[in-house]
Amino acid sequence: MSQGDRWMLPDGVEELLPPRAAAMERLRRELLDLFSVWGYDMVTPPLIEYLDSLLTGTGNDLDLQTFKLTDQLSGRLMGVRADMTPQVARIDAHRMSGDGVRRLCYTGTVVHTRPGSFSGSRCPHQAGAELFGYAGLDADLEVIALMLATLELAGLGDLHLDLGHVNIYRQLIKGAELSPAREAELFDIMQRKAVPELEAFLAAEVVPAKLVPALRALPDLSGDSEVLGRARAELAPGGKPVLAALDELERACERLNRDYPALPLHLDLAELRGFRYHTGLVFTAFQPGHGEPLARGGRYDHIGEVFGRRRPATGFSTDLQNLLLLADREQAPAGGAILAPADDDPRLQQQVTALRASGERVVRQLPDQAGVEARAGCDRQLVRQGKEWQVVPL
Amino acid sequence: MSTNGEQLPLTVALSKGRIFRETLPLLARAGIEVHGDPESSRKLVLQTSVADVRLLILRASDVPTYVEYGAADLGVAGKDVLMEHGGAGLYEPLDLGIARCRLMTAAREGAVMPDGRLRVATKYINTTRRFFASRGQQVELIKLYGSMELAPVLGLADCIVDVVDTGSTLRANGLEPLEHVADISSRLIVNKVAFKTRNQRVRDFIDALRQAVTAAGTAPAAAEE
Repeated sequence: MSQGDRWMLPDGVEELLPPRAAAMERLRRELLDLFSVWGYDMVTPPLIEYLDSLLTGTGNDLDLQTFKLTDQLSGRLMGVRADMTPQVARIDAHRMSGDGVRRLCYTGTVVHTRPGSFSGSRCPHQAGAELFGYAGLDADLEVIALMLATLELAGLGDLHLDLGHVNIYRQLIKGAELSPAREAELFDIMQRKAVPELEAFLAAEVVPAKLVPALRALPDLSGDSEVLGRARAELAPGGKPVLAALDELERACERLNRDYPALPLHLDLAELRGFRYHTGLVFTAFQPGHGEPLARGGRYDHIGEVFGRRRPATGFSTDLQNLLLLADREQAPAGGAILAPADDDPRLQQQVTALRASGERVVRQLPDQAGVEARAGCDRQLVRQGKEWQVVPL
Repeated sequence: MSTNGEQLPLTVALSKGRIFRETLPLLARAGIEVHGDPESSRKLVLQTSVADVRLLILRASDVPTYVEYGAADLGVAGKDVLMEHGGAGLYEPLDLGIARCRLMTAAREGAVMPDGRLRVATKYINTTRRFFASRGQQVELIKLYGSMELAPVLGLADCIVDVVDTGSTLRANGLEPLEHVADISSRLIVNKVAFKTRNQRVRDFIDALRQAVTAAGTAPAAAEE
């Protein structure tokens, strides 16, 4: 880096300036208020912690995304959080007692080694909510409802919801008993819905014959809730757990159609996002025309087991910076500031203190500061009228 | 809430040259006539006989990027480009069976490969690394953007990895094809969000092209890669 480049930030690392920084903070506060009225308690996990605990249960998905450093005190490897969800699961499993239902929420910056999305950011501002201790569908539906409320709060309309269930594919490959290499190959094919390669894979006869039609059908099982009928017939060889997953999806669709009649639902039975981590229903919110999801979540039971307790869990998360960008919420709040002249009259000081206490934004002009710049953002000013100071339009 | 996704145009990205020429008849069979010709015009957006379908003309290696990030809903890209692009950010539901060729290693005729690390020139850096790694071989990669055939001739590399159609360019430069890396043909690729939020429209498009591929008889044989 040359002397002249010292202003430059690393790729994918951004800072917020006015008025965006304030808009971001407003959104964050409103969101935390929303989580609070839904009964979610806030937690603040640490920015860094030991790598072992940070990556627990998430497989390799997060490993590559996590910045690592050596702890000079213990010699152990630490990681900068790339996702706060496992941290919150650790808190639930180890730091808090009781086996009842627990609702936790959080917001904070996470750091990724590689830009993961279209915005190219490596420092998303993650916000999310997690519901622990309830294995039934109602927990997932509550989290979906809160996710939709979050996006509505951010001002994003025209939402589409995508539903999947990772246990369908998991049960199918369990029956297939593939070698790890073959399983990775099939997983890659499924994620890309690469039908031509799937045909070649199935033709190689590594999958038991009775599962071939089910695996062949899977990439095409997407669309509205009518797809479930077709899925019941074509995925039947997967056995009871697959049918149970389909039942759960059907009940989810019924409830969502009832509660959100205008919300377009899309089912994708081959959706494998977060497969190594999720255990049941998964959901993603989209806006047509935007190539990236707005928010996502799903069930991830028992991730906290290594921390002490097996707990059912479901939750969602989103990137506030992304929401802010899409919702175009950058306008300053209504009501400008009041300009107070550079005058050391104690009465003026009293008046300024009183106005600030009432929530007004008061900007004090500094001695010898002149010109329009000093008035920036002010729509009123304090003027001496007799002995008193009055607020008049600027 | 409206589902105005249905009113957005369907944008299809593809590259000019062979892929464009061979995609045209398939689109025509699917009832889509393209207005304009990228070879003779500088227009990068082409309208079609179907009001809500338009084509983007891009560099071949840019097609997956446009589709992955949703700047285009669908695209036509060679398997060589997709293998190099990597990742699971796209759906690849259909082999169009067009622009067929092979990805191969090639070296000067009769050349003996040296012991130790090979120097390999290619524009397919990731694919080449994976190919040699899968055989337990580490190689030095030299990224080139074209005229690969010159690299072994001038001693820049021991061999190259490139797409081979008839092999005449190789022969004309004193090279011979050696090992088969992959069979290449063009795939229809789909943006994930478009697939999920505009499912019916996108699936109709895929189905129409699938029928066109079957009718054209370019459908691939069972053996792939």
